[in-house]
Amino acid sequence: MTMTPTVQSTPEDATKLAAFEARIAAGEHIEPKDWMPERYRRQLIRMMSQHAHSECVGMLPEGNWITRAPSLRRKMTLLAKVQDEAGHGHYIYCATETLGVSRDELLDELHAGKAKYSSIFNYPTLTWADIGVIGWFVDGAAIVNQTVLAKASYGPYARAMIRICKEENFHKRQGYEICAVMSQGTDAQKAMLQDAVNRWWWPSLMMFGPPDSASSNSDELLRWKVKRYTNDELRQRFVNLTVPQAQAINVALPDPDLAYDPTSGSWRFGAIDWNEFWAVVKGHGPLNRERVAARKAAHDDGAWVRAAAEAHAAKRAARSTAAA
Amino acid sequence: MGYGTLPDEPEFGAGSDAPAPVAPLSDRAAKVVRTATSGIADNPHVEYLLRLADDRLILGQRLSEWCGHAPILEEDIALANIALDLIGEASLLLAHAGELEGHGRTNDQLAYFRDETAFRNVQLVELPNGDFAETIARVFFFSALQVPLLEQLERSTDATLAGIAAKARKEATYHLRHAGDWMLKLGDGTDESHARLQRAVEHLWPYVHELTWGDAVDDALAASGVAADVRLLAGAWRSSVERVAQAATIALPADGWKATGGRIGRHTEHLGHVLAELQSLTRAHPGATW
Amino acid sequence: MANETTGSQWPLWEVFTQAETGDPHEHAGSLHAVDGEQAIQNARDVFGRRGKVVSLWVVPAEAIVASVPSDAGPMFEPGNEAAYRHPQFYKVPRGVRIY
Ligand SMILES: [Fe+2]
Ligand SMILES: [Fe+2]
Ligand SMILES: [Fe+2]
Repeated sequence: MTMTPTVQSTPEDATKLAAFEARIAAGEHIEPKDWMPERYRRQLIRMMSQHAHSECVGMLPEGNWITRAPSLRRKMTLLAKVQDEAGHGHYIYCATETLGVSRDELLDELHAGKAKYSSIFNYPTLTWADIGVIGWFVDGAAIVNQTVLAKASYGPYARAMIRICKEENFHKRQGYEICAVMSQGTDAQKAMLQDAVNRWWWPSLMMFGPPDSASSNSDELLRWKVKRYTNDELRQRFVNLTVPQAQAINVALPDPDLAYDPTSGSWRFGAIDWNEFWAVVKGHGPLNRERVAARKAAHDDGAWVRAAAEAHAAKRAARSTAAA
Repeated sequence: MGYGTLPDEPEFGAGSDAPAPVAPLSDRAAKVVRTATSGIADNPHVEYLLRLADDRLILGQRLSEWCGHAPILEEDIALANIALDLIGEASLLLAHAGELEGHGRTNDQLAYFRDETAFRNVQLVELPNGDFAETIARVFFFSALQVPLLEQLERSTDATLAGIAAKARKEATYHLRHAGDWMLKLGDGTDESHARLQRAVEHLWPYVHELTWGDAVDDALAASGVAADVRLLAGAWRSSVERVAQAATIALPADGWKATGGRIGRHTEHLGHVLAELQSLTRAHPGATW
Repeated sequence: MANETTGSQWPLWEVFTQAETGDPHEHAGSLHAVDGEQAIQNARDVFGRRGKVVSLWVVPAEAIVASVPSDAGPMFEPGNEAAYRHPQFYKVPRGVRIY
């Protein structure tokens, strides 16, 4: 763990940095107007914008099933859930804007295919069971991540996470409920459920990011309390939570190496295919191009609507000054 | 033209190779008339609830197609909210219709296991979304009727309906406000948005008249105090639409061809596709619980 | 052209929500909107989805004057140290109820 001073670094910066790190060590929150190292700001923008993009792109795979949800209740809860994800995207874009970058710039990067977002959303939702399993696994993994992010040192991010965590709980429960009901259902439903679990399990484990051994940013992020636990720690926590849930509804997890280790109290799991992970991150997942294209199309097709709202506000402002 | 009158008998009957004793034509025609006005059950009250419910289910379904594709993130949230309100209202109304019908059909069975000819929504709500201008204009036209209609239904002698209407009236008031604000922004925005909204209004205009179309079902329920006569709301609807159209600098088209038929199960070609999507999974697994 | 109109360059509004009558309006977050009506509607949808809101304020962010972090010492520490402003500063005979 080395803090290589940057070229422009001055003694004054070193004093500020020491004060900044002392505040973080004391558990204080950093607020937008506070001094912060440029690296901290950049890391936050990177993490938060990826997070915001994930919320928005994440609307697409689940949105795929809203019009076909098998009952009115399921239709409403799915619609409400996907709507929440739009809300989450909104909260986090706004929190990111406090770091001096506009939603505009962030969206441009997303639409140009230059921004990252959670790779999980580059996989297709093939059956209704996918909706259940996404709520259970993907929102479950998100809760594990976000519960610790709610304690992040940057105030606006932590506050957005607290709001989001309250909402995520319903997401996970609606997903798990779908799975639990299907696990008690017809043979076709059970088969559909198991197939979805088989497809989503490994990508869900990849959601926690590369293994600690390959994660370049972790040390600094941990010291600045941008992250609070390592990727591997959070992944293990997720596995430990999920295995008993799978057992409770009689679903098999597709990992022959999954075994309980009484010494650590953890479930050991098999090797993750990191080649697949990196391929999808680099744009070679099943749906990378389609997801970005869909978001870009929505944005481009809506340009005239946004222009109209601006033009109308300008006209009204002009009329009220003319009248005054 | 209109389907308020007697529909024609089909020219070719089914199973013509096995001629069975046939009732006199006049009897059969009478039966068709009854089917046309109270098709699901011979119960105008149920029929009326289905009309209210199906409008909301189908419009909610259409609006939910926007989720993830709206012009701006805030509008993804807003359109989903309206869709959720409408589907929630539909769900309550269908449950009530099922109870009154008395054949043990649940709201899900009514939503997922009726064919298009048994749907009672106006054609307006089944048309494709079109662009954002069409989507907004449709919500606006629809909500401009729902507000005064639900105000009256809050006083229905059917206490369940009155309760649903009280909740729905508040929701519709907000839908009208949201869509009305966009009518102003689009109509009095840029040249492009004005042209798009004008085109949308012209495109939808033939379908708005059906909102205030009524028949014997309305007569019966107005008489028993269950429902308001929707035909009497045409004036209120027109003036609230005119007020917003004027502020939005939108010209309301002259009346021409008027669509009718949705209320008696005669729909556009679009409804079958809406239902194919809405019902596919549920019908593929009849009897399954989700 | 499209870049100029993504919405994030629209004026920023700070949103305050009141959960019950009698409660203070608390800061809920911020959003962008072209005018007050749109800000109120978006605030309702974004921050009021789960009930628990009986009143909303939207305030143009540029209208808010905030203290700056470097002021924190001179602005607030004197007040924090004014122990005599807190009721615990005063001793009251045992058993007497002041209110
Ligand atoms: Fe989320
Ligand atoms: Fe924002
Ligand atoms: Fe979620």
